[in-house]
Amino acid sequence: MAHDTHIHVRTQSEFEYAKKKRADEMKGHLATFAIMIFLTLIAFTMVAAGFSTYLIVPIILLMAGIQVILQLYYFMHLSGKGHGMVAFFLFCGIFVAFITVLALVTIVWW
Amino acid sequence: MSSIAQKKGFGATIWDFMTTVDHKKIAILYLISGGFFFLVGGIEAMLIRIQLAKAGNDFLSAGLYNEIITMHGTTMIFLASMPLLLAFMNAIMPLQIGARDVAFPFLNSLGFWLFFFGGIFLNLSWFMGGAPDAGWTNYASLALASEGHGIDFYTLGLTISGFGTLIAGINFLVTIINMRAPGMTYMRMPLFTWTTFVASALILLAFPPLTVGLFFMIFDRLFNSSFFVVEMGGNTIIWEHLFWIFGHPEVYILILPAFGIFSEIFAIFSRKRLFGYTALVFATILIGFYGFMVWAHHMFTVGLGPTANAVFALATMIIAVPTGIKIFNWLLTIWGGSISFTVPMIYAVAFIPSFVAGGVTGVMQAIAPLDYQLHDSYFIVAHFHYVIVGGVVLGILAGTHLYWPKMFGTMLSEKLGKWTFWFFFIGFHLTFFIQHFLGLMGMPRRVYTFGADQGWDLFNAISSAGAVFMAIGVIILLVNVVMTTIKNERVGNDPWGDGRTLEWAIPSPPPFYNFAQTPLVRGLDTFWIEKMDGNKKGMIFAEPLGDIHMPNNSIIPFVISLGMFIASFGALYFLDGDKPWALAVLIIGLLITFGSMLVRSLKDDLGFYITKEELLEDAKGGKTDGH
Repeated sequence: MAHDTHIHVRTQSEFEYAKKKRADEMKGHLATFAIMIFLTLIAFTMVAAGFSTYLIVPIILLMAGIQVILQLYYFMHLSGKGHGMVAFFLFCGIFVAFITVLALVTIVWW
Repeated sequence: MSSIAQKKGFGATIWDFMTTVDHKKIAILYLISGGFFFLVGGIEAMLIRIQLAKAGNDFLSAGLYNEIITMHGTTMIFLASMPLLLAFMNAIMPLQIGARDVAFPFLNSLGFWLFFFGGIFLNLSWFMGGAPDAGWTNYASLALASEGHGIDFYTLGLTISGFGTLIAGINFLVTIINMRAPGMTYMRMPLFTWTTFVASALILLAFPPLTVGLFFMIFDRLFNSSFFVVEMGGNTIIWEHLFWIFGHPEVYILILPAFGIFSEIFAIFSRKRLFGYTALVFATILIGFYGFMVWAHHMFTVGLGPTANAVFALATMIIAVPTGIKIFNWLLTIWGGSISFTVPMIYAVAFIPSFVAGGVTGVMQAIAPLDYQLHDSYFIVAHFHYVIVGGVVLGILAGTHLYWPKMFGTMLSEKLGKWTFWFFFIGFHLTFFIQHFLGLMGMPRRVYTFGADQGWDLFNAISSAGAVFMAIGVIILLVNVVMTTIKNERVGNDPWGDGRTLEWAIPSPPPFYNFAQTPLVRGLDTFWIEKMDGNKKGMIFAEPLGDIHMPNNSIIPFVISLGMFIASFGALYFLDGDKPWALAVLIIGLLITFGSMLVRSLKDDLGFYITKEELLEDAKGGKTDGH
């Protein structure tokens, strides 16, 4: 029953494990943050440098895709335990939307 | 509220059903309203066949015929097949996974009432200036040119009932992911639960495109936007894409639960474990995926170009592979089994050749060049009736017989059931088999009559005669239901004697909390395993007997849906210009909806507890009917 709340006392080794895990996670956050800033810089630089649109658009879309995935996995904890189904449905939705947009773009508007 | 049963008056029963959040009662509501719309759609079908019984018939006018074919298709797909399948999903799926209810009982009720009011709204068009008349696919150029309010009834009604279906789908997904009993891993779930899961995922992904399409259509018709108006820079083909991006997964939403019901039936009445359980699960998921990659095969003749047609033709043919896997697994389940030909089993055995026939003509149409010949002919009509009637409707009829004892505690008569079967089955093939040849002879679909010199008289007459047989079959089923209800001979937990899954381990109908103690699942076919181990209780328990937390009944889902229903009339008449009251109706309707949502949000409803003592009392006295 919900009202029999169980209190768990952590041992020293459990505490240290959790601490190390958090430190690792923090490193991941910082690294991801740096990568994302870097990707954004590339995007802005490319536009400022005045490359051909046919080069800029696909590269920016690609980098946007990478950023979304980094965001989901490192900042929204999609890799965490119990998120398997969430990730599965997320990617199913993305897949269906992608197929739909791709088809409409290629056979209706191309 | 206590769990001690009381005799209730008629009004109290109605009130109970209007406020219920119990998945088993909502299932009964779905069954009754889906059954009602099935009869309405059936009457429309009979009118079509009367009109086409002879050449140059003037039983129906051309305009009325258009309205009837549109409403026949729309009613049968959205308001009959889907709710009837949702009825079985609601009634059986939570029992199969050992849950006490679905994840969101309140939303379950809301989903039903939205569907119900959407369906009523759509059908009220008959009495309020004419039904929609642009075909169930409602192609934009035709629909936008349609006079009167028929199409507006279609768009608004389907939007409301679509919300309901989407809510139901999400609810089932969350239920199956989160509420399985201990030990019920994904690969131990009964196949009906698996198909419910995949069908719900398809609902989740397929209904949004339909909603977008319907919104565009509503805006084009009511607010003069021009998404589909070619003269204004719109594109009429977009509707076809949006409709079929939804429409093709929709047919899998219908057929997968039917496959699930048949999988249960084959295992139960062959007294064998399903052959190739893993392959069946895999094939179900694969069909779900492929379902989203084939929609343009409905549009081969639109002129998408040879590349697009080739891609979609190939994708369509691939779908035959997982379907074939399923067919062979079912056959091998029967093979070597100890078969008993009960009514559900007869339906299941008859389903295989009927559905395969529909599948084969489907692969024929997947060949794009051939489809140019077959498109919009009676061959198409024959094909989709073979898969929908030969697959879905046979599945629903089989499920009705199989699960009737679990839902109502009485057995439908086997003898009358067999009469229903033979009339329906012979009638079905008589009606639709010959339509393949009418199609090959050039008879177009959706045309209200034909000439005496075209040589289609005899075949159409035969087809109409078959429809009469089907009608007789359905009438016998109704007689069966009435007689069974009057006789009221109660049955035990496992009336078929060979139940394999958890729903057969508990009373028929189950107590309103389903399981006094959550079961512990030790493998596929849980109940069968326990029976084979000589466990008299039918299951082992994962928890000691304790208090059970249950949700309170609520009228709010009904009121929310009623508000949407009222607001739809306001939206419908708003832009006529000469009806100043329409805006007021629209606002009042929305106020009711959002007001009741506000009440729901602000008022805490913490549910109630069934105490251990009451559960013990129930176990002794067998008083299990709740409230």
